Amino acid sequence: MKTNKRLIPGFGISMGVTLALLSIMVLIPLASLVVFTAKMDLSDIIKVITRPRVVASFEVSLLTSFIASVINAVMGVILAWVLVRYDFPGKRILDGMIELPFALPTAVAGISLTSLYADTGWIGGLFADMGIKIAYTRVGITIALIFIGIPFVVRTVQPVLEKIDPLYEEAAGILGASRTRIFRKVILPELRPAIFTGFGLAFGRCLGEYGSVVFIAGNQPYETEITPLIIMSELQEYDYPSATAIALVMLAAAFLILFLVNLIQIGNSKILKGGH
Amino acid sequence: MKGTIFKTAAASLALITTLFAATSCANASATNETTAGTSAPEAGKHYSIINVSYDPTRELYAAYNEAFKKHWESEHDSTVEITQSHGGSGKQALEVANGNPADVVTLALEYDVKAVQDAGLIEPGWVSEFPLDSSPYTSTIVFLVRKGNPKNILDWGDLARDDVGIITPNPKTSGGARWNHLSAWAWAQKEYNNDETKITDYIKKLYANVLVLDSGARGATNSFVENKQGDVLLAWENEAFLSLKEYPDDYEIVTPSISILAQPSVAIVDKVVDKNGTREVATEYLNYLYSEEAQRIAGQNFYRPSNEKVLSEFKDTFDLNINLVTINDFGGWDEAFAKHFADGGLFDQIYEQD
Amino acid sequence: MTAENTEKTSPVISREGSTDIHAKTAGSKAVKIILITVSVLFLFVMLVMPLITVIYEAFRKGLVPYLEAISDPDTMSALLLTLEATVIAVVINTVFGLFAAWTISKFRFHGKKVLVTLIDLPVTVSPIIAGLIFVLTFGRQSVLYPFLESIDFMVVYAVPGIILATVFVTFPFISREILPVLDAQGTDEEEAAALMGAKGLTIFRKITLPHIKWALMYGIVLCAARAMGEFGAVSVLSGHLRGKTVTLPLQVEILFGDNKFMPAFAVSSILVVLAVVILIVRSIVEYIGKRRGEK
Repeated sequence: MKTNKRLIPGFGISMGVTLALLSIMVLIPLASLVVFTAKMDLSDIIKVITRPRVVASFEVSLLTSFIASVINAVMGVILAWVLVRYDFPGKRILDGMIELPFALPTAVAGISLTSLYADTGWIGGLFADMGIKIAYTRVGITIALIFIGIPFVVRTVQPVLEKIDPLYEEAAGILGASRTRIFRKVILPELRPAIFTGFGLAFGRCLGEYGSVVFIAGNQPYETEITPLIIMSELQEYDYPSATAIALVMLAAAFLILFLVNLIQIGNSKILKGGH
Repeated sequence: MKGTIFKTAAASLALITTLFAATSCANASATNETTAGTSAPEAGKHYSIINVSYDPTRELYAAYNEAFKKHWESEHDSTVEITQSHGGSGKQALEVANGNPADVVTLALEYDVKAVQDAGLIEPGWVSEFPLDSSPYTSTIVFLVRKGNPKNILDWGDLARDDVGIITPNPKTSGGARWNHLSAWAWAQKEYNNDETKITDYIKKLYANVLVLDSGARGATNSFVENKQGDVLLAWENEAFLSLKEYPDDYEIVTPSISILAQPSVAIVDKVVDKNGTREVATEYLNYLYSEEAQRIAGQNFYRPSNEKVLSEFKDTFDLNINLVTINDFGGWDEAFAKHFADGGLFDQIYEQD
Repeated sequence: MTAENTEKTSPVISREGSTDIHAKTAGSKAVKIILITVSVLFLFVMLVMPLITVIYEAFRKGLVPYLEAISDPDTMSALLLTLEATVIAVVINTVFGLFAAWTISKFRFHGKKVLVTLIDLPVTVSPIIAGLIFVLTFGRQSVLYPFLESIDFMVVYAVPGIILATVFVTFPFISREILPVLDAQGTDEEEAAALMGAKGLTIFRKITLPHIKWALMYGIVLCAARAMGEFGAVSVLSGHLRGKTVTLPLQVEILFGDNKFMPAFAVSSILVVLAVVILIVRSIVEYIGKRRGEK
């Protein structure tokens, strides 16, 4: 193993460019956040992040992001399945649409989702008749987050599903396994890392989402106030230390989620390779 | 191997820097003509100043900038261009303090201008640099209700009723909302003879009725007007009039028995004008706000002109008999802020006990 | 027809064989119809309806006000700035993506997982924090500020800051697309070439690039799409100087705040059209890529 470690030339150059760009674009700016927070006492930081209103916003953010990501995980698998395994008119359009939440500015998404789901909107009106309020509640936040997170699970599951060797399914089919059993025992285990990866990415993205949520949230403290909004309001109160302390917590959460995702993904890429 | 990593790292660093320098040079060249040179206006010069303001003044300054441009160019042999920036007052102040190169700030409250002063950009004493505490126009807080006032909301007391849904922005993030909060407080102080427990109870009931707590005044207006939330919007008088102008058949304004005199503040950002050589044009820009022409523009945009003569021209628009308290009744902004809006202050306590 | 997709990716299976599989695994017609209906409904409600809302509101007052709204000079300068930031972000991230994916997939070294995580971090960092960190790094509070001021180089509340924020939020997009392909491809071919004495660049051009060509294009398209739409981070860094540091998404926000709803939706519709065009390009790229891959 050791011998082919550096068999391919160009390690120095490519590592150098990678690290340089990573440092300028990501590490140095992020470090400034850490440096800034380091000026505070630990007890002050803890005091800031355990303020009831801040804790409540963590709850709101975590809960809505979690529900939205779970829904996206389920829908993502269904969508990926439909896109990979079925053929029907308009499939290409459906496939092309998945990235729309990436391409559509979050502010535009927020504004149009709000006008759609408010009691006066096309969809919100239907639910208002049943006495269900969507916009300006946690349900509204969840909807905005579902919108934001759609592409993640679909796009991580899709390639794996495409690569899964149908031979296994065929074999299982020949052996008389039922379709649900094939899905549960043969396909799902293969997809699991991809689903978790997509879920993790969507979850991380949802936690930090701001643009689309502020319009639809209602921003009631303890009820519908998300953590990014708290950071924004600390900034507007010239309270940089508080803002950065809360930001640091979110940053740590983001890093943790991603690290877990990447651990899973390494398992995932083994599956992709194994399929070859 | 390590050596190569560092060399290429350095090389790509240089590359990036050049790339950014190139883009910024392209942008800098456009403003160079104004930044070079001294403070005295020169013939044929082109001035470019930035006015960082708060949300509801968008229409006001769109109109005023036209008028000022005409005024300046008729008296000087140079041209002037004004770039506007609008947003929540607190956020705007913070951005200027952090380096947004504003030549003048025209913000919602003195407290926000003071934040820019604290950053060392505005010299102390700016309050008396222009007439009337550097506050060329004023406003107040009124109620905007749906046509016919179906919930019969007449004064601050009605806002604590169980059947009323209120829209107001968040005092933590919005300058306007701070005025709202203090107005309600002022009414309750009078109503309950300064009994703090009763006042706090009232304020608590009021916030319990709030349906949407937007982060800015414009967001709140949109929730009430466009998305039809709530029964009453606590709004800047000028914002309320603007909504009324847009939808005359849908809304009406209720003036409460007591409200607060909101004094938006203007100031020159000394550090920036000295660097850009724009002090003279910036000073004239703010001075001209007190001219009759500008005062009339303020009135037309539903700000109360500070010039008595022009104000009287608008006596049919504004309720001039409203009982107005001022921020000084709260001991000034520093004290009011510390008591009501700081972390752990009254506003936080109200929500905590829920 | 159902076989088309699996066939592309698993050339081992013969056409008849894979059709057979799908008869079994794809399930009965009923399941197929239910799943497709659920998918279509979900995407319709979540994605198409908001788009329809934008277009509907944009044209509510007719074509002439619409054209007036989008030909406003501020909107035009916002469009130019958006395009400038997008192009630069794509260039920087392409360079980075190629080098990073190559480094990670072709070499073994310590801390690889940490490196991958750090590269991905911008996707999950809240846009607000992304803006905040650049303000802290280059703003007045920063130790760099006196130096930047002395060379008259404004970063925050100026165009470079907007570009930085845009690069940041799209940072991993291209490397993320290339990496799985390179990973799956392994290092055998490159190693063989290296043993035969090929230079690094030659190996990359002749062996690696053809493999990742389509993933790269796909990444570029995604990066461009996301770069154009970035709102939160740019909003913190922009200062909202009209006609100077306002991008299209910010212009939407400004118009919305100005109570100019129709123009706000009209400008949004530009972004919607750009997004749709980009996604169509992407689908074409992907389609061609797959067809080429098949042959």
